[in-house]
Amino acid sequence: MSARYDLCVVGGGIHGCTVALFAARGGMTVVLVERGSLCREASGVNAGTLTMQMTRVALIPYALEAHAMWASAATWLGHDVGVVVCDGLSLAFTQAEAELLSYRAGKRREAGAPIDLVDAKAARLVEPGLGPGVMLAGHCKIDGFANAYLTGLAYRRALIEAGVTILEETAATAVQRVQGCFEVDTTGAPVKAARLVIAGGVWIESMLGWLGVTVPIKVLVNQLAVTERQRPVMRTVIGIASGLLSLKQYPHGTTVIGGGWQARGDRERGGYELLPDRLVGNVRLACHAIPALKEARLARAWAGLEAETRDALPAVGPVPGVPDAYVCGSVHSGYTSGPYLARLLAERILGREPAMPLFPIDRLLDPFERAA
Amino acid sequence: MTFPQRFDLIVLGAGPAGGRAALTAAAAGLTVILIDEQSAAGGQVWRKPRAERVPARTDGQHGEGLRAALDASDVTLALGRRVWSVTEGFRVDSLGPEGSMSCVADHLIVATGAHERVIPFPGWTMPGVMGLAAATILLKSESRLPGKRVVVAGRGPLMAQVAAGILAKGGRVVAVVDQMRLTGWLGALPALATQPRLLAQGGGWMGRVLASRTPWLFNHRVVEARGADRVSEIVVTSASGDRRALSCDALVIGDGLVPGTEVPRLLSARMWFDRLHGGWIPELTADFETSVPGLFCVGDGAGIRGALQAGTSGELAALAVARQLGRKTEPARLARLRRAFARASCFSDAVAAMLSGQTADVARIGPDTIVCRCEDVSRSEIDAAMAEGIRDINQIKHVTRCGMGPCQGRMCGDTVQELVALGSRRSREEVGAWTGRPPLRPVPLGDLVGSFDYGDIPVPEPAPL
Repeated sequence: MSARYDLCVVGGGIHGCTVALFAARGGMTVVLVERGSLCREASGVNAGTLTMQMTRVALIPYALEAHAMWASAATWLGHDVGVVVCDGLSLAFTQAEAELLSYRAGKRREAGAPIDLVDAKAARLVEPGLGPGVMLAGHCKIDGFANAYLTGLAYRRALIEAGVTILEETAATAVQRVQGCFEVDTTGAPVKAARLVIAGGVWIESMLGWLGVTVPIKVLVNQLAVTERQRPVMRTVIGIASGLLSLKQYPHGTTVIGGGWQARGDRERGGYELLPDRLVGNVRLACHAIPALKEARLARAWAGLEAETRDALPAVGPVPGVPDAYVCGSVHSGYTSGPYLARLLAERILGREPAMPLFPIDRLLDPFERAA
Repeated sequence: MTFPQRFDLIVLGAGPAGGRAALTAAAAGLTVILIDEQSAAGGQVWRKPRAERVPARTDGQHGEGLRAALDASDVTLALGRRVWSVTEGFRVDSLGPEGSMSCVADHLIVATGAHERVIPFPGWTMPGVMGLAAATILLKSESRLPGKRVVVAGRGPLMAQVAAGILAKGGRVVAVVDQMRLTGWLGALPALATQPRLLAQGGGWMGRVLASRTPWLFNHRVVEARGADRVSEIVVTSASGDRRALSCDALVIGDGLVPGTEVPRLLSARMWFDRLHGGWIPELTADFETSVPGLFCVGDGAGIRGALQAGTSGELAALAVARQLGRKTEPARLARLRRAFARASCFSDAVAAMLSGQTADVARIGPDTIVCRCEDVSRSEIDAAMAEGIRDINQIKHVTRCGMGPCQGRMCGDTVQELVALGSRRSREEVGAWTGRPPLRPVPLGDLVGSFDYGDIPVPEPAPL
């Protein structure tokens, strides 16, 4: 007879790993079921940006807490994710962008993000690598980046130390609720647990379906690119007013170019094809912001899947109508805010009052289902 | 960016396979563009010598023939262009001296050849150490010697060709260090004898080397290259463990060839692991069509078979494209080509067996030896990741940076996959390969973006606030 865990987490990205970690540290026996390897999807292939200037206004208070978590990852996670805390600039090159920037920076500042609007001269003092043509910049001292591809290794070590049972290369295929206990069918042995967290990124739509709950999740296919190593050409995180650029140079010399330009892909095949025109467009923005990038060569480009709910706000909270089942995902710019939101959910699962409200999914159910 | 030009067929790679494919399709009345990174057609095997140098003999004549035929044909030649993106449809984006170019076609023949396998050993990244194929480029294209006193090592007939080439240009070969036994060569003779002309060519190279009294050390391998700032000495060992040092100023070494399958992987064609023919190759029909309709792979990129079958595969694929586009092809011609291809397999499989990856070679790599030379990742770092329980080949890349450098994993990929298979006691099929990603080769960002106005960048709608 297999053991019954206090908690089964399905999905080993940032959300699932963080819930599993804090639940285990809170005294629960935890099993984590992951189809592939830990943090190999969105949590490991994203641009690693830890910024307020691309974060949704409603998430700013969470992102500020999460940024502090990332900055102290060595303490609470115990392992290095290559976090660099630095200044961030969001640039406007046109009048329209300057207006967009002023409005958006204002809203984010109201929500608590310490963003100042500065002119080109002041921006250049922050980032000497800037190209010409900057009209206005949002400057935030709380910014930075991590080495996203090291996330899986760092969490893996922390989870093992916390005593979490990690089942990698094991896909959950169905869930039944039998006598107050969840039975999770997997491609390996079935798993039993008193509580369940669904943290499967873009795949939570079908996972919630196992529990009879319908929440449509949109799939964004975000394209990224990285240069070869080159001399230091920038020292901040750079974005643009529209949010369609993220740019930072890692200490080893490569520069990651992101911003959410869309590639071809879906849930079944992942991000399977990058569109050359969009890659060139994205890289043009990057080279316009930091001209010295033109000296580097493009080494690799890829795409990662990001989940988005109908209102583009997170799905973090209990699953309506299914006691002891929870969902954790669809956090916009989830790499920045994910650890804090997932820790809040772990608090709730441990029976404590979370320090900030969760984002329950009742609002996302269709009216018919809500009535039922 | 210019509007994409449309063709019936795009051919990538202007070696024996791609060149013949393009000529065949054009002769059948198709509009064809042939794209290659080199400034002249011929590929590696029929590489064009620099104009002011003495042209090479036998192979060069094939190359001259191909180049003349292409010049006289209706094939649109796009040479000196680096292809960086291939997407469904098919759309091919390349960069060249005149900037970026896009072209589209419903049919794509990929003839991108192979790259070298060098199994790492201490000192292999030192100046003065180069691959056998790299040495043939020096000899053929530049008419230059790799060094004054050269050790030639590894596996297969390319060693004989390179050693003979060095001698012919007045160079000195210190020794040929051959991993194969003499009996291995003798055992292959009946199969090699099915292609008398090629056997005579190979025998001629070997004869010239032996006649020069160059020591040919059968059943020996290189265990280390030493030197201060470039190689000055190598250590070789016999199978029985007798070591000796050879003084030299260059080491030319190759452990076979790996098919260049970047394009079919990028287009998500189904692949399979064929150790004999070099490793991962696309699943192919008898017409060399992959699981992606309209995508064909020919030549060494479809499995290491050499120039003889490369041309035949290119012609067969081009005829299949012509048929799919409603052109008539003679059944007798198809039958003749298929027979020729099958007949040549006896020879090419015997050579492929010499050039295929050997698990034992990889197992011997020492813990401190650099495996990924771009990112300086040693075997012990890969083993340490596996010891932590990491099994996924892409995750190994993430935690070690192995394969993330400018060669995009071409040099180390086969070796790392073999190491992961060994370390996790899984088959190469189970371990798989790194996900194919653009660009196909690194491209300068400055060339990629060209000149542009900021206002013309098609920036998508902003994300929600």
